[in-house]
Amino acid sequence: MNAGMLIDNVLLGEYFPILVFLGIAIALSVFLIAASIIIGRQKPDPEKLSAYECGFPPFDDARTKFDIRFYLVAILFIIFDLEVAFLFPWAVSLGSIGLFGFWSMIVFLGVLTIGFIYEWKKGALEWE
Amino acid sequence: MIEALVFYMFALTAIASGVMVVVSRNPVHSVLFLIVAFFNAAGLFVLLGAEFLAMILVVVYVGAVAVLFLFVVMMLDVNQVELRQGFLQYLPIGGVIGGILTFELLFIVGAWQFQPDVSAAIAAAAPPPDQVTNTQALGSLIYTRFAYLFQAAGAILLVAMIGAIALTHRKRPGVKKQKIADQIAREDSIELKKVETGRGI
Repeated sequence: MNAGMLIDNVLLGEYFPILVFLGIAIALSVFLIAASIIIGRQKPDPEKLSAYECGFPPFDDARTKFDIRFYLVAILFIIFDLEVAFLFPWAVSLGSIGLFGFWSMIVFLGVLTIGFIYEWKKGALEWE
Repeated sequence: MIEALVFYMFALTAIASGVMVVVSRNPVHSVLFLIVAFFNAAGLFVLLGAEFLAMILVVVYVGAVAVLFLFVVMMLDVNQVELRQGFLQYLPIGGVIGGILTFELLFIVGAWQFQPDVSAAIAAAAPPPDQVTNTQALGSLIYTRFAYLFQAAGAILLVAMIGAIALTHRKRPGVKKQKIADQIAREDSIELKKVETGRGI
């Protein structure tokens, strides 16, 4: 347990610069927003928010329904994203897991390649 | 000291953004608060020493799952008044699901508390954390010791892929696509002419 706590602290020490950046980012964004509210002149007017004089009021709401094909593309992206996520630890530990670990990943990739061929042949990757 | 402060910052922001996901009026804002919650969960993972999991959370959940949620929200007819109307109607089933999840979490913590050898059993499977990095420790277990579960994960991904295509993909009628092979193989696209010598066409 003691060694575990020690390694945690070493690990967190490596992340300390990121924490500093996070603090700077939060402080800077709060400062900029607060400064523009305090220093800037506020004269709200409904005309400032309306369509510009040479434009026209919108006919329709912008929140129209998206096509379901975006969903298909997104879910296929997630699946291959996860596949790549599995590749990272495999690549790091390839030296120690031996031939079995290597072929284990090859079978995994083969199974997903079946799916890839299926979606290619089915035309799911084409937009039309 | 700093560790505890950062933990409370991440934990409080995660809970606050989780509450905002539920009470926010605009569904798109809900998804954005969900992304904030994911980021804070990644920070909590880093504090626990699980840095690989934290990075995967950012890459997969923020990069992909949140985008998918955004698409799903935009695919629905986002009428905020109608969304509010079903609130009380769905309260019982939401409460039941929340109660089951709470019970399961308590069950996990209880098992951890009442059986002190659980953490020892988990530690025995993993290599000692002071010698290898997080990613390497995972890699040395997933592909050999948990090979069957790994292959099951691959099969689940395959099922998800085929299921998504089977459910959402359909041939659109009246779409004119370019077929290059047909264009080239057209009858009248190539014409052979017999040119007499010395006269030209």
